[in-house]
Amino acid sequence: MKRIKENAIVPSPFTFLLLFIVWLLLTNSYGLGNLLLALFLSIALPWLVRDIRSNTLRVAKPLKTPGYILMLLWDIIVSNVIVAQQVLGAKENLRPGFVAVPLDMREPLPITLLASTISLTPGTVSTEVSEDYSTLYVHALNVPDEQALIQQIKQRYETPLKEIFGC
Amino acid sequence: MIVELISSIFLIIGGVFLLVGSVGLFRLPDFYMRLHAPTKASTLGIGAILVASIIFFSFKEEGINIQEMLITLFIFLTAPITAHMLSKAALHVRLPTEPHTLNRDKVEQIRTRQAEPKD
Repeated sequence: MKRIKENAIVPSPFTFLLLFIVWLLLTNSYGLGNLLLALFLSIALPWLVRDIRSNTLRVAKPLKTPGYILMLLWDIIVSNVIVAQQVLGAKENLRPGFVAVPLDMREPLPITLLASTISLTPGTVSTEVSEDYSTLYVHALNVPDEQALIQQIKQRYETPLKEIFGC
Repeated sequence: MIVELISSIFLIIGGVFLLVGSVGLFRLPDFYMRLHAPTKASTLGIGAILVASIIFFSFKEEGINIQEMLITLFIFLTAPITAHMLSKAALHVRLPTEPHTLNRDKVEQIRTRQAEPKD
C-alpha cells in the first residue's frame, strides 16, 4: 500500500492531470496564459484541500485503470438493457432485496470507488457501508440468487480495484 | 447527411432509455426500487445524447468538440452519491419496503450501519 506524499508539489499525479484537463475543457481555450493558469490551479487546489484528503491511498497499478473503466462502461450498457426489460416487464417477477457484500478492503477510497461502481451499474445501488468498513449493503432491483450477486460484485469489481490500489 | 443520421440514432437511443427511466419511476412499487430507474437511465440515456452531440458538432464545426465529456464526467461523479444519499435518507425515515423484499429483516441493521455478523 502506498500513501500519497503530503509534502510533494504534486502529491497525486492523477488529481493533477484530471484538474489540468478539466480546466482546459471547461474554459475551452488553449493559449499559453490559460495553460499556465491550469498548471497553477492543478497544483494549488490539491494543496488547499490537503487536510481533507490526508492519508489517502495512491494508485499502485495505474495501467490497470483504463481496462477497469472500459469494463465498467460495457457493464453499464449491458445492464441498462436488462433493467429496461425488468422495468417494462411484469412487476411480479421482480424480487428486490438488500444484499450484504463482505469486503476484503478496509480503505475508504477503494470502497468509495467500489460503491460508486455498483451504483453506476444498473440494477444495484450501494445503500450503506457498515461503520467498520467490513460490509457493503447493496439494494438490487432483482435478486434471483443472492450468493451469485455477491460473487459477481467481488470478482468483477472488487478484485481489480484491490489490484489497482495494491491493498 | 450520414452524420445527421448517426446522431439521430444516438438521440433516439438516449430518448428511449430516459423514457424507460421515467416509466420505471412511475411503475415500480417501493422507493428503493424506484430509485434504480432514474439514476440508471441518466447514465446511458444522457450518455447517448452526449455522444450524438459530440458527433454532430465535431463535423458541423471545425475541430473535435469534446466538452461534452465533462458532462459525462460530472454525471458519473454525482449520480452514485445522489443515489447513496437518497437511499440513506429513505432508510433514516424508515420508508416502507416491498413485502417480498429479500433480507427485509436486515433494514434496521443497515440503517444503524452495523457489520454483517460472521457465521
